[in-house]
Amino acid sequence: MEKDQDKILSEVTTGEYKYGFYSDIEMERIPKGLSEDVVRLISAKKMEPEWLLEFRLKSYRHWLTMKMPTWPNLKIPAINYQEIIFYAAPKQRTNVNSLDDIDPELRKTFDKLGIPLTEQKHLAGVAVDAVIDSVSVKTTFKETLAEMGIIFCSFSDAVKEYPDLVKRYMGSVVPYTDNFFATLNSAVFSDGSFCYIPKGVRCPMELSTYFRINSANTGQFERTLLIADEESYVSYLEGCTAPSRDENQLHAAIVEIVAEKNAEVKYSTVQNWYPGDKEGRGGIFNFVTKRGMCKGENSKISWTQIETGSAITWKYPSCILRGDNSTGEFYSVAVTNNHQQADTGTKMTHIGKNTKSTIVSKGISAGMGQNSYRGLVKVLKNATNARNYSQCDSLLLGDKCGAHTFPYIEVDNQTAIVEHEATTSKIGEDQIFYCNQRGISTEDAIGLIVNGYAREVINKLPMEFAVEAQKLLQISLEGSVG
Amino acid sequence: MNGISEVTERYLQLYKDNIEKISGISSKYINSFRAGAFEKFRELGIPTKKNEAYKYTNLNIFFDHDYKSYFLPVESDFVKAEKFRCDVADLDTHGIVLLNGFYPTINDKLRQLPSGVWVGSLNEAATKFADKIEKHYGKYAKSETDGLIHLNTAMASDGIFIYVPEGVILTKPIQIVDLVQADDDMFNQHRNLIIIEKSAQISLIICDHTLSPHKSLTNAVTEVFVGENAHFDIIRVQNEHNNAGKITHTFIHQEKNSTASSNNMTLHGGLIRNSTYHHLGGDGAESHSYGLFLADKFQHVDNFVNVDHAFPNCTSSQLFKGVLDDMATGAFNGRILVRPGAQGTLAYQKSNSILLTDDAKMDTKPQLEIFADDVKCSHGATVGQLDSEALFYLQSRGINKREARLMLMFGFAHEVIQNIKIEPLRDRMDNLVMQRLKGDLSRCASCVVRCT
Amino acid sequence: MLIIKNLKASIAGKCILKGISLNVKPGEIHAIMGPNGSGKSTLAAVLVGREFVEITEGTVTYLGKNLLEMAAEDRAKEGIFLGFQYPIEIPGVSMVNFMKTAVNEHRKFKGLEPLSASDFLKMMREKKELVEIDSKLANRSVNEGFSGGEKKKNEIFQMAMLEPKLAILDETDSGLDIDALRIVANGVNKIKRPDNSFIVITHYQRLLDYIVPDVVHVLYDGRIVKTAGKELALELEEKGYDWIKKEVENNIVA
Repeated sequence: MEKDQDKILSEVTTGEYKYGFYSDIEMERIPKGLSEDVVRLISAKKMEPEWLLEFRLKSYRHWLTMKMPTWPNLKIPAINYQEIIFYAAPKQRTNVNSLDDIDPELRKTFDKLGIPLTEQKHLAGVAVDAVIDSVSVKTTFKETLAEMGIIFCSFSDAVKEYPDLVKRYMGSVVPYTDNFFATLNSAVFSDGSFCYIPKGVRCPMELSTYFRINSANTGQFERTLLIADEESYVSYLEGCTAPSRDENQLHAAIVEIVAEKNAEVKYSTVQNWYPGDKEGRGGIFNFVTKRGMCKGENSKISWTQIETGSAITWKYPSCILRGDNSTGEFYSVAVTNNHQQADTGTKMTHIGKNTKSTIVSKGISAGMGQNSYRGLVKVLKNATNARNYSQCDSLLLGDKCGAHTFPYIEVDNQTAIVEHEATTSKIGEDQIFYCNQRGISTEDAIGLIVNGYAREVINKLPMEFAVEAQKLLQISLEGSVG
Repeated sequence: MNGISEVTERYLQLYKDNIEKISGISSKYINSFRAGAFEKFRELGIPTKKNEAYKYTNLNIFFDHDYKSYFLPVESDFVKAEKFRCDVADLDTHGIVLLNGFYPTINDKLRQLPSGVWVGSLNEAATKFADKIEKHYGKYAKSETDGLIHLNTAMASDGIFIYVPEGVILTKPIQIVDLVQADDDMFNQHRNLIIIEKSAQISLIICDHTLSPHKSLTNAVTEVFVGENAHFDIIRVQNEHNNAGKITHTFIHQEKNSTASSNNMTLHGGLIRNSTYHHLGGDGAESHSYGLFLADKFQHVDNFVNVDHAFPNCTSSQLFKGVLDDMATGAFNGRILVRPGAQGTLAYQKSNSILLTDDAKMDTKPQLEIFADDVKCSHGATVGQLDSEALFYLQSRGINKREARLMLMFGFAHEVIQNIKIEPLRDRMDNLVMQRLKGDLSRCASCVVRCT
Repeated sequence: MLIIKNLKASIAGKCILKGISLNVKPGEIHAIMGPNGSGKSTLAAVLVGREFVEITEGTVTYLGKNLLEMAAEDRAKEGIFLGFQYPIEIPGVSMVNFMKTAVNEHRKFKGLEPLSASDFLKMMREKKELVEIDSKLANRSVNEGFSGGEKKKNEIFQMAMLEPKLAILDETDSGLDIDALRIVANGVNKIKRPDNSFIVITHYQRLLDYIVPDVVHVLYDGRIVKTAGKELALELEEKGYDWIKKEVENNIVA
């Protein structure tokens, strides 16, 4: 039984990455390397206003003084920033309005990924901003949303059309000095999505951004800014994939969310960057800074993430609970298989009174994967009646992987109640046996059990994506059962 | 390393000023560790908050101070030490007194107990039991990050040595009364080595007392070898005044099928840092780490626990609780490491703290690092107030709120105390904790210092 | 003994009790039955002074005093006892210490000297026998690690120790096997005197086979919709609650 299980386990963990194709799109690339000139060039290419160039230069100069952090529980190979191409865009007018203007090859690419750029009926519930390498190529349902006053467009368009909003909010949650990769992003970010939900508006459809890395040797540095004005609601989803390559590619993004009084933002991620091959060659370095500010009273920000891709993941979607009665949530499933590494978690900073936060983290390690949860729950002195509940579970499939938990709890107010629970265990043999006895194969049993284990988090995803996420989970663990 | 801090410089200088005297009174073997440890200390320095293991503790309050003396003994000191009597009723022990980290000469420097157990001065044992010292000294107290352990190795010259031969079961506990008494502000260090051979069994009580009102700082390292199938319990009772800083590092190495427990009871003290390292170094070993602290005023208590599951089928548990009043601050840092191949591991950790005021603060950092799959590991941590449901339950039976709160706090603490196996000591702890919680007692009965 | 008039109460802004009146006389046993969510436990919570329930209207008079103004522990000392539906575990607090404190608080309230340790232990022993509770339970922490049945028996034991004037048993029968149920019921019957009263909250008729009520009330949607003798319980057992619901709805329609 044990042997069989090991065999099945190793089979399950050797599943193939399904989005590893490369599209031959005519691209414009700038020379590789990073310098002040490159920063200026990116800004010029995007025809940016002076203030934004200044922001980039300020960031770049600060970045030069910084060192790569060493505290994550990750083995990161040295990154040569002079070997990376910092800007690559399909040769065409970006963000076209007519579909006919889009390179057919590009359309094919997104079709293949299951992200149609046409506003199809059956996907009427989802508006997509499609980003390839450094630029946004198409935002769907823009007009429909505009009727309600919702702004949903590429970051570049937002800079041109809504400079005041961008100026006011950009860097307000993640300052340009925040951390090594956020500062790098602030210097070289190319595009991303921008979203503004006006006062009192409930966004009628899911907004989503699909990120695709296509070109070789490029880094992707996008920036998302999401503002939910008073009494508004939006549910936002991002997905991402990349071709299979032997080289590592860097993805260093920033997501900033601002929730004003009584606003609610739900932000979901299904991260499926190329994870590298079975020997650990290639894959994306996913170093992302995501942070939301519950600025107003009764505001709520909820992060849900399904992390199955990337060679190395380093991200901590966080909430600053400034408004009284505000709520922060973090639901995460992170899978590391083969040689993947992940150091992920969240920070919940309780500043306002009666603030609440919930953390549910489910780590799954297989193959040689190393999976760390790292979290901080901080209750400041004036955060009366703060409540936090954290639950971090780790599941181990196989004896060569690792699962680690690093929660930090800092409480400076006596009325706070902070509870943290964590468990680590392997998949239960008796559970598998129970399934076997009912005629379910060990492989299916593991699939069932893993899905059951992750259900609490998957259920938080918008319906359209929950099924997708479930499949992804199964694929990521294919060949890993054990 | 660039930029040695001022406070580290202070201790480098202390070494240079005293090393000749220290070496002069210590054995050759112990001296052979000093130069290397000094270099390591120079490299690592006095830990700052940048050191993950000291993230929540500011050592400078005690380390950055001009201590008038680094303690080296004179005969007359020991006479005073011998006068001290433990006041725990019915506690029948083999008592030893340690003064400022030195073993009094008034007794035999090495004493054999009826069962063939040897207790006495480490320095003395280094010559008499050279083979045993060479086998165990410096083998367990290792660290790549904590400079204080190396500072101790570089400069400590004496402490307690205990040797329990194979198969010996000592029914009476050994009690070390660890006194600090000085006429000036004083820094002292000592080093204990405890060897429990195969199938032997002892309990050890260490009572930390500071008798003089001056500021003092102790940096103590204890190494324990627990042989195959052996049993070892260590209970540390800390009842010191607000001017006393106490840093203890206890390394317990366990062989196959051995059982060990550690219990740190911190009732009072200015700055307390207890680091306990459990190394499960053989199949089927079992370890338990307990801690309770009550802190008020500006006290700071930090418990650091590292449980290293290096072999399969070992079991470990950790239970740490704290009650923080006034402006007191507390920290708990507990790590469970399960190494590759340590299958069949069961590891459990729990940390609960109660804040009684808005100015009290608690930082908790439990960690699990797991590299084997056939394991069951869990930890739970809470920081908060007394359970309001439980409070209501008590009130609904007619118990007034103040009394109900006291009962709950006592119950909270008793969960740790109940793990003390020595009954008179357990009762005494219950009693002391109850008095402390009631506010009747803010100092130890035998203490001459009135803490305010 | 207990007079409830037009009691309305809400939890977190949601109205749960919508006007309840009830009069319990000394020596009576009242059964309160009703489907889940009808407000039975909320009524118990109000009577013992839980703070999460907000009283919006009405009065509760107990032995001529305004009950709603009294602190929870004072109500207990005045003789109100609640057998909790979910007794909480209190680790580290021993049953002996807990009960001793409670008993002596009651005695102090009555102007009596605290019991000596030996008298107290004697009392514990007697009461344990009375309610057939395993003596080991008394040596453990309050409810800690107790099974569901043990917890409920422990509630009855505490009731015996504190000798209340008005005991409210909140779903004490839920989760009990037939033997435990019998022990709990026997305990109640032994404690019963002509001058003390019981409110027995239950979902099923089963318990009422052993504890025979004088009056049965049906609570539905925050109101007492039916009051009758003990035969009502049997009727409910037979027909379920649906007919009551229908009756109520018809009344509203009518």
